Amino acid sequence: MPLIEFERVSHDYGVGATRGRPVVRDLDLRLSERRIGIIGGNGSGKSTFARMFNALIVPTSGTVRVDGLDTRKQARDVRRRVGFCFADPDAQIVMPTVAEDVAFGLRRRGLTKDEIDARVDSVLARFGLAGHRDHPAHLLSGGQKQLLALASVLVTTPQVLVMDEPTTLLDLANTRMLTRTLADLDEQLVVVTHDLDLVAGFDRVLVFEDGTISCDATPDIAIAHYLALHEVPR
Amino acid sequence: MSRSLSHSLGLFHPGDSVVHRTPAGPKLALLVAAAVGTYWLDSPVRVGYAALGVAALFALARIPVRVAWTQVRPLLLLVVVLGAFQTLVAGWRAAVVIVGALVLLAALAALVTLTTRTTALVDTVVRVLGPFRRVGVDPERIGLLLALGIRAVPVVAGFAAQIRDAQRARGLTASPTAFAVPLIVRSLRHADAQGEALVARGLED
Repeated sequence: MPLIEFERVSHDYGVGATRGRPVVRDLDLRLSERRIGIIGGNGSGKSTFARMFNALIVPTSGTVRVDGLDTRKQARDVRRRVGFCFADPDAQIVMPTVAEDVAFGLRRRGLTKDEIDARVDSVLARFGLAGHRDHPAHLLSGGQKQLLALASVLVTTPQVLVMDEPTTLLDLANTRMLTRTLADLDEQLVVVTHDLDLVAGFDRVLVFEDGTISCDATPDIAIAHYLALHEVPR
Repeated sequence: MSRSLSHSLGLFHPGDSVVHRTPAGPKLALLVAAAVGTYWLDSPVRVGYAALGVAALFALARIPVRVAWTQVRPLLLLVVVLGAFQTLVAGWRAAVVIVGALVLLAALAALVTLTTRTTALVDTVVRVLGPFRRVGVDPERIGLLLALGIRAVPVVAGFAAQIRDAQRARGLTASPTAFAVPLIVRSLRHADAQGEALVARGLED
């Protein structure tokens, strides 16, 4: 698994209510586990943290490195290694039909049309979307859209996949389907979520609280810590 | 804009007809030729013949009547207003010619998008604009704008339907401001999120 390093990382958006108050503060950690969960309350800084993995956000101070690449100086190379799935797949789907959207990320990679078609067909089959190849993407169900967003990222063969609240818009059946899909992935996986069941089988879970990591442990310890923070009996 | 309209407006309709199999370049060239050809649509009879021709092309492409209708339905208000104005100032014959040409061209343009994958349209636009790189034009960026524009149609239509539903649920009467403001805000937020997603998907490559 690639090594992801955060060295004295802080980030201040510099606008609005958070001006002068970093959203994440003094993060120092190294991540090399295969399944990493990030949990925490709203506004705790976990989504900002996740966006630093592929240079969507470059920290105002400190350094983030993915596989030795500095996200500040080598953003393009970092993004080729780190795929990102957003909470709302509608924002991520940029082409009108399913196959076209999956092919979008491959268009500027110097592949032939046949190579692109083969990779698109393969990833659509892998995620059970082969029968929807030419369907308008916006007519898919919520679960299928999330799978399409996932397929569109994984077709570019990233080493790391970061997902920001992937189950927020899904019902129980689709959440279970996505959980099974994620469990079968070979890529290093970083998931930001409020769904504690989703991270229960992960290797490492970070609990965010007010811009810092208040617990960094195995899932059972981290989840118990998080529930205790909010005094939620389980 | 209704949900059914948002489901089918200007989007690829899969098929294997001869119209679908025709490459995007010739289809776009024929569309341009048809636009030029409206110069010779100077009587209601000729408009009628042209309408039969367009209907035949839709039939050849095996586009369902319901889908074809949703392509021209958004023009209804314009047809009524423009038709009434032209009838008043130039007579009913001129109104039929002008409104007819407009509707037929819109229908033909819709037929091109219904029977052509967006990537094929984008590739054609990029190829045609290639020579303009020397004067600073970025064909790939223009092609992407075209694709995003087509993709945005059902998204914004969906926002409009949701806002209307929310207004009805709260018992609000139709108010242009109460409709337009949240629609613009949601559309801008979506554009912002999509911009971030494009960067995440390596657009800067």
